[in-house]
Amino acid sequence: MGTTEVTALLEIAGLKRHFGGLWATNGVDLTLEAGEIHALIGPNGAGKTTLIHLISGALLPDAGTLHFAGADITRCNMHERVARGITRSYQITQIFPQLSLLENVRLAVQARRRDWGSSLRFWRPASADVQMIAEAGDWLGRVGLAAAAGQLAGDVSHGERRALELAMALATRPRLLLLDEPLAGMGPEEAEHMTRLIAGLRKHAGPPQVFPGPQGGERRAATLSGGAFNGEQTVLLVEHDMDIVFRLADRISVLVAGRIIASGAPAAVRENQEVRRAYLGDEL
Amino acid sequence: MNQRHAEIGLLLAAAALPLVLQSFGEDYYIGFATRLLIFALAATGLNFIVGYGGMVAFGHAAFFGIGAYAVALLMAAGLFSAWLAWPLAVGAAALAALLIGAVSLRTRGVYFIMITLAFAQMIYYSVISLKFAGGDDGLPLARRSTLAPLDLANDATLYWVTLALLAACLFALQRLAASRYGSALAGLRQNETRMEAIGYPVRHIKLVCFVVGAAVAGLAGALLANQNGMASPSQLYWTQSGMLLVMVILGGVGRRYGGVLGAIALLGLEEVLGRVTEHSHFYVGLALLAVVLFAPHGLAGLWARQK
Ligand SMILES: Nc1ncnc2c1ncn2[C@@H]1O[C@H](COP(=O)(O)OP(=O)(O)OP(=O)(O)O)[C@@H](O)[C@H]1O
Ligand SMILES: [Mg+2]
Repeated sequence: MGTTEVTALLEIAGLKRHFGGLWATNGVDLTLEAGEIHALIGPNGAGKTTLIHLISGALLPDAGTLHFAGADITRCNMHERVARGITRSYQITQIFPQLSLLENVRLAVQARRRDWGSSLRFWRPASADVQMIAEAGDWLGRVGLAAAAGQLAGDVSHGERRALELAMALATRPRLLLLDEPLAGMGPEEAEHMTRLIAGLRKHAGPPQVFPGPQGGERRAATLSGGAFNGEQTVLLVEHDMDIVFRLADRISVLVAGRIIASGAPAAVRENQEVRRAYLGDEL
Repeated sequence: MNQRHAEIGLLLAAAALPLVLQSFGEDYYIGFATRLLIFALAATGLNFIVGYGGMVAFGHAAFFGIGAYAVALLMAAGLFSAWLAWPLAVGAAALAALLIGAVSLRTRGVYFIMITLAFAQMIYYSVISLKFAGGDDGLPLARRSTLAPLDLANDATLYWVTLALLAACLFALQRLAASRYGSALAGLRQNETRMEAIGYPVRHIKLVCFVVGAAVAGLAGALLANQNGMASPSQLYWTQSGMLLVMVILGGVGRRYGGVLGAIALLGLEEVLGRVTEHSHFYVGLALLAVVLFAPHGLAGLWARQK
């Protein structure tokens, strides 16, 4: 890694998608650079979630292309994109309510390993894979949920569920993490915790910090080094709270009515007249 | 540990049943008990699809019937060996499920119910229009399959073979449900969107489940053809799918022994009521209503609550 050269991780060109007569995505060009936290802002109904759907593969575009790490992924379906390193979260919480937090994350680890497709997948009990369970515990610790590992996901607080979702997304070890309003509906304390977690993803140098747990520290460091925390974590963050956006983002893009009207460093976007008129107006 | 012991105890009791019946001179009931086990097997396959895979399929009769017709047709062509014919019957049901599932699993909910029903009815009408398959009359078996060194012509032997296959399938499905694949199925039942988002090929996982459940029904069909001495169109008809679904609901959707309990309860009830009243269907309907209203998790759920 030593170089500081910026490389495009995701390149979106001319992307369009309509619902009936409405062009929710109307010619979006956007480039995400490896390692950046890129905030996507815009008024309600601007098409932010639709763009996340298009990047994650939940929706296919009517026109335009997506290139990820140089490869054309325009027609790839969702699990192919996850395999390539694009994982998303949802604006509305998506968890497995009747499973424990640990099992929620274990399923994500299992998905990433893809060894549920090995010859033993149908016969050996899932509970026999202690390594996988230990890794799931590590990810829970990483988002501060180690103590709640045994609780059912349906029983924990909203903030804890959102943190759980982050742990699940991270457990797939994405190169690009798409976060759709991860702070939505949170109280100030929970929001601050989540903000710190996201900030912690950026350009994280050295071995990851891991909360103490029942297992030995050395192995934990081994399972978590590389992948998500090697300073390569790129994030596309949809967020309404401007304070948090300006705190977290390396760059900001402004989406209005399906188009990106401005894109650049936070200071530049803040000064942009068109953005002030269309969106930021009273907030700044 | 306790549960294991209870299971082994029940299995031994079930294995001893033909000897008890014979000693009382009630040999007729050996055939009836075999029927119960065969339907328990078919319903167990459906329970895997509905209860574990979360797919309400209304065409299970197709796979049940295909298993039976495969055995009958192979026998008509001169293949008597169960060692060959039964695996082929299972394979035929699995192949049909692969094709039907690949199309049907693009839909969900009510559409999935309708499309699986439509496919099953298509198979029913195709089969009764085929002369070599016996048309409306069905296809008789010249005799039972041969399963050397066992003699299936003996009713008790057929019963024991059926019991062994049912136990083996229950055990295998239980392993499957606890495996990594099974945990993916559990995730799918709770949140498909999330499963997709963490990278599971959702439709493939469901298709595997659908095929496994259908293969079990195919095996049950092969056994039923032997028990009945024929493959009959009624086995393919939609009412048969409905009956299997009723068994699963009665016994407990997604419960380990839901299919078994449901089959025993429904067929047992029909048999008993059939002796005392001409309106047995009415009372069976009442019983089903009572279960749905008062025991939403089926008979297996009642059992669990007692403990
Ligand atoms: N499945 C759909 N069918 C029809 N219209 C849709 C659909 N999804 C989104 N839209 C419309 O597309 C537009 C963009 O919606 P989208 O959810 O992407 O906005 P958003 O920027 O995420 O808004 P918010 O800030 O409220 O989350 C809206 O006008 C919305 O009503
Ligand atoms: Mg949105």
